[in-house]
Amino acid sequence: MDAVFETFKLRAEAVNAEVHHFSGKNDALSFILEYLRGAGVCNEPLAYAVWASCRFLEEFDQKQISASVPGLIFQVNREVSALAKVGISQLDWAIANTGTLIQDAAPVDCRLVSTLPLIHIALVESDHLVPDLPSALTRIRPEQTNYISFITGPSRTADIERVLTIGVHGPEKLVIVFYDVLSDGGRVN
Amino acid sequence: METKFREAIVKAVHNPNLTGALGRFSEAYRTSRQRAYEGYDFEALRTQIAERKSYAASHLDELADLFAKNAEARGTKVFRTNDPAEVREYILNLAREHGVKSVVKSKSMASEEIHLNKHLESAGIEVGETDLGEWIIQLAGQTPSHMVMPAIHMTKEEVARVFSEQVEPGQKPEIPKLVKFARGKLRTKFLEAEMGITGANIAVAETGTLVIVTNEGNARLVTTLPKIHVAIVGLEKLMEKFDDVVPVLTALPKSATAQLMTSYVSMISGPVPNTDGSLKQLHVILMDNRRTEMSQDPKFKQAMQCIRCASCLNVCPVFRLVGGHVFGKIYTGGIGTILTAWFDALKASDDIQSLCIQCGNCTEVCPGKIDIPGLILELRRRIAVEKGQPLAQKAIFSVVNNRRLFHSMLRAAYVMQKPLQKGNFIRHLPFFLSDMTEFRSLPAIAEAPLRDTIRKIQQPACQEKIAFYAGCLIDFAYPNMGESLVKIMNKAGIEVVFPEGQTCCGAPARYSGAYEVAAHNANDNIDALLANDVSYVVSACPTCTVALKHEFISTFESLGQAESLPRARQLAKKVIDFSTLVKKLVDAGRLKFKEGQQLGKITYHDSCHLKRTLHASQEPRQLLAQAGYEISEMYEADMCCGMGGSYSLKLPEISAPILERKLVNIKKSGAPIAVMDCPGCVMQIRGGLDKQKSAIKVEHTVERLAEEFE
Repeated sequence: MDAVFETFKLRAEAVNAEVHHFSGKNDALSFILEYLRGAGVCNEPLAYAVWASCRFLEEFDQKQISASVPGLIFQVNREVSALAKVGISQLDWAIANTGTLIQDAAPVDCRLVSTLPLIHIALVESDHLVPDLPSALTRIRPEQTNYISFITGPSRTADIERVLTIGVHGPEKLVIVFYDVLSDGGRVN
Repeated sequence: METKFREAIVKAVHNPNLTGALGRFSEAYRTSRQRAYEGYDFEALRTQIAERKSYAASHLDELADLFAKNAEARGTKVFRTNDPAEVREYILNLAREHGVKSVVKSKSMASEEIHLNKHLESAGIEVGETDLGEWIIQLAGQTPSHMVMPAIHMTKEEVARVFSEQVEPGQKPEIPKLVKFARGKLRTKFLEAEMGITGANIAVAETGTLVIVTNEGNARLVTTLPKIHVAIVGLEKLMEKFDDVVPVLTALPKSATAQLMTSYVSMISGPVPNTDGSLKQLHVILMDNRRTEMSQDPKFKQAMQCIRCASCLNVCPVFRLVGGHVFGKIYTGGIGTILTAWFDALKASDDIQSLCIQCGNCTEVCPGKIDIPGLILELRRRIAVEKGQPLAQKAIFSVVNNRRLFHSMLRAAYVMQKPLQKGNFIRHLPFFLSDMTEFRSLPAIAEAPLRDTIRKIQQPACQEKIAFYAGCLIDFAYPNMGESLVKIMNKAGIEVVFPEGQTCCGAPARYSGAYEVAAHNANDNIDALLANDVSYVVSACPTCTVALKHEFISTFESLGQAESLPRARQLAKKVIDFSTLVKKLVDAGRLKFKEGQQLGKITYHDSCHLKRTLHASQEPRQLLAQAGYEISEMYEADMCCGMGGSYSLKLPEISAPILERKLVNIKKSGAPIAVMDCPGCVMQIRGGLDKQKSAIKVEHTVERLAEEFE
């Protein structure tokens, strides 16, 4: 991977995010399913995983995937998200020099899965990584959507005695998964 | 100053939890902020912010209209009002209309400003602050002590006690557990609330966008779960273009919490679907509450450039001692003083504004480029105009305004002090004056002032002449500093003239808000100092130098005395501080240091006005190094010593602990000599070390260098 990715990784890890990269969607999916199993996701309240509808899922059979991990739910709503341990969503852009992810978050599902569960897995297409804030803001504009979200690391506070504590109202873990899109998908590898 | 206020100061200064937390934070902040800005051109960035915010302040009405038009086009309801009462009513009516029983809020200073919680609660609506710090102080029934870290004054034990008493018994003082507890309790509130209230960090006019920044993620929940979202936006948050977001979003996290980016930023430009598929009700309240008036005030317009990062609190030597419950009301610290005067009442800022020691630390870090100390002085002036000066102060200044009387009283003081004097110090003063000598000895008034002794010095005839402006301290307490200056100048082939008509520089009057007195002093000095044909007017007191170079002009400007400006500017051009002049002379080869000297360790204290207004911090260090000293830097070398002119007399409760920190840092440097360029700092630091019977020598750079030239 190139220097921009290395910068992103460095910055995101500095704010307690985990960063992974896979060359294909299948590898990324395998990683995620493995991660969900490892996190103890199962078909019980407080142990669900919720996956918001996104581009990444387009080519996959959701039934087949959810069969492989019981408790993984694609019909996202408020109640189930509040009882989920893991939320998965696709983020639209990543900014290298601050380790930030950006999303058109107008659909409520993508906010529910990234705010309520303890763990948030964020999928990002590898070629959607830009160097800095100005270049990101040329690609996503408020004219296009009513809600743009920036996410930089997990939820944090230092409100008691200035001691950094991860995971207040939002996720306590942010797992960022970059995946390459094959050139036949219209994007450069 | 009210007695109650003074008591609050004493209580705060003696609260080790408070001063400990704030002190450690301010120390850590300095380095972490610097690290966050690594690779960024802070000056360029803040120039851009100041320019864009200033533009918005000049076009407030237009931008508010544009914002409303664009937001409404996308389905947002926009309500604009100058009246805080109307803001409260609007929200209450909306809540009633929709049967709202429970509200969740993410941090909003604007809502604090109008005491919204109280209003809603008294109407039977439950209001939950969700920012952890805000929730803690809400439960504790307090107000925020810091704009970014509202509960910084509380220990984990206090937080555990508040949680146990107000929410659920048995909470232990362990931070991760307390945070988890808050998460659980507030999660229920988020899910139940029918209305979410937020503030906004930026409101973009051209797109009708709100930008909301949080670390905890509470604003995301507040704007996602309840079906109604109300954003209270002070008009100062308006910016013209969406691209204006870039500089603010680049600076705000770095200045506020030393982060490269805050964990969450939400940009909301219109209603989004709720979780049940309905469309959210989005209300934006553009709140004026005198912001338009502020933007039209030629002096205070720049306060609209504030992005509420609170860095002015974090670097303030006074704030870190007393915290925001003393230094502020709703808004705290330096900028809080200014905002209180406008959004609350000028009167409300009276006691608070007196806390500013005018060190200028905040001007170096403000991302909005606001001259906070300058604006506080202007408040002081307006308060003095409104309520008049205290009688005692008036009496003092009427003496200062009469040069002959003032000087003869200082001479008389020499005789009167005799019984109290020990060597060059006064160590104890009787009665109510004892506060002044409790933490440091005062210098004794010299037997003969410089204005007398200087005439006895045989100066060589030189072609070049400079005028020396002594200032009261050098003239009457430390004439030796002036004599040293003459010695050095003579070695450079320059004759020093001492214009007899010079008098107090007016700083004490100006810093007390008595601008008429300061203007009188300025006129006397301008007459005296422009009477001779000299190449420079040099001063060895940075406060006086700043008065001569900058403040005569701004005093006349404030008072609208335009006729005095040309001569004030003429003088300003000639004025130079001692170290900068000597550095020039050394660089030009007109002064030569004795060769090959190894003079040992020395530590240098930066005086506030010299470093931050005159921008001379390298010159004295280079001179000392060239002379043969090894500079052993003390920690926080450029932190104020607590003198602040008459500040140390008015507020010894604060001056003393500030000095104490300085003395510790001087001792830790390991140098046997501490030098500085300001006779005021010498008075404070020398007096403090004398009280502690320390062997460390404290000198003005001019004294230290006097014997080091060929």
